Amino acid sequence: MYDYKRDFPVFEKYPGLAYLDNSATTQKPVQVLEAVEKYYREENANPLRGLYGLAVKATDVYENARTAVKGFIGADSEREIIFTRNATESLNLVAYSYGRTSIGKGDEVLITISEHHSNMLPWQLLTEERGAKLRYLKCTETGEYTPEALKAALTPRTKLFACAQISNVFGRLNPIKEFADICHANGTVIVCDGAQSVPHIPVNVRELGVDFLAFSGHKMLAPMGIGVLYGREELLEKMPPFLSGGEMIEYVTLCGATYAELPHKFEAGTVNAGGAVGLHAAIDYMSGLGFAEIERRENALTRLLVDEMRSIPHVSMIGADDPDDHHGIVTFTIDDVHPHDIAAIFDEGNVAIRAGHHCAQPLHKFLRTPSTSRASIAFYNTEEDIMRFIGCLKTIRRRMGYSE
Amino acid sequence: MNSFYNEILTDHNMHPVHKHELSACTCSKDGINPTCGDEITLNLKIDDGVITDGSFTGSGCAVSQASADIMLDLVIGKSVDEAKRLRELFMKMIRGECGEEELEELEEAGALADISHMPARVKCALLGWRTLGEMVE
Repeated sequence: MYDYKRDFPVFEKYPGLAYLDNSATTQKPVQVLEAVEKYYREENANPLRGLYGLAVKATDVYENARTAVKGFIGADSEREIIFTRNATESLNLVAYSYGRTSIGKGDEVLITISEHHSNMLPWQLLTEERGAKLRYLKCTETGEYTPEALKAALTPRTKLFACAQISNVFGRLNPIKEFADICHANGTVIVCDGAQSVPHIPVNVRELGVDFLAFSGHKMLAPMGIGVLYGREELLEKMPPFLSGGEMIEYVTLCGATYAELPHKFEAGTVNAGGAVGLHAAIDYMSGLGFAEIERRENALTRLLVDEMRSIPHVSMIGADDPDDHHGIVTFTIDDVHPHDIAAIFDEGNVAIRAGHHCAQPLHKFLRTPSTSRASIAFYNTEEDIMRFIGCLKTIRRRMGYSE
Repeated sequence: MNSFYNEILTDHNMHPVHKHELSACTCSKDGINPTCGDEITLNLKIDDGVITDGSFTGSGCAVSQASADIMLDLVIGKSVDEAKRLRELFMKMIRGECGEEELEELEEAGALADISHMPARVKCALLGWRTLGEMVE
């Protein structure tokens, strides 16, 4: 089996580290690091405005990155790809720009109870401001949302439904295509948070039929600070700018402005060209690998992880029974041991995991557990990483003073 | 492996001596770490400037709960002024600035000295002491 860790310099520095916090952010391969460095060494100028050779080069590499994103998620046009800082900013853009002009008093916004805070708080603020109502779709104990439940929850006033394609707590894949069809039959716009799905499974916005898709570069090998909002062109066209300033205008007078064409209308200020170039390199890396290989490796490691965890007493996993329903995300609790102590003991064992509420406090309340621990896998993880994690997990209760 | 989770810490977490209600207390105060959800209520009985009894209730990670229990071991029977001085000493230890002799004065609380290398957990170890500070300052 090819050792993909060889592409990731961080593992030269920390050879024994079992990095299992990939849902928070992934490590970066040398191909991405070199592309970003090359940009700043050889291609850097302020894109989109400069009238000289180097600025044209910077504009080219920035726009090439947009084309790569378009192809990667199957959008129709570059006009539908907006670069942001991350998925959070993308979702805020939709809430502020689309939400403020399309959600009115008495309207409803529906989101799931397991949404990440970044796909919850913008809707809380928006509905409060607009005098609209925010409603929550509840899941089963194993984190499942069914098309029937969605159908039953929609009303004629439901203007917008926001939902993660893969939950960052359950790892479960939601049937977004069916959800999109149900929403559209009801005249409801669907916003999909792809932060945990785009890095791990093939996502095609045309096939899914979503109106908006948000994701972050840093969870898919790219640098921090670059993210994407996909939006259907006819919706984006009607939306007012989110942020205003340089590089997003056609013409400015003392009393107003005409705004630049899509997608630049939504990219105020100097853009993160280095980040976009890094995202382009990350997409090339993942495309070279192929999602068949990514999924095969991640699913095999998830299966090993879940099978081993099942045999450990006092360990409970959250979500589906079938490891294939976890997409590399395994959230768990250990009886009588606080997640922060769990993460600290894993750290002593050179295993990096996440502990806390994973930015999903309402879900934890719903599940009646104040906080949990989470291991999350990427294709570059190895069986050794999983077994290091399992070896450490088996010792935790004893190390906290329990007899087993 | 040299573990931060030594026997003193795990023992105080599993078998806390002072984790109970205290009906005779003269003052009590809630302490909370919002980001990790650790919470305690600290109860003290202070007579003529001396902490004659104390207890805590609450929930949270082992570090927060054990540290509160160890603190009460240390300050019960001491004057309020002495408790303030020990609190200063504990803060100094957390900053990694304590000498050997000072560390001994802290008795079992010295078992938390290594937390100075774990910035994310400092607030857990401090929860009890911080709450005590708010009550006596």
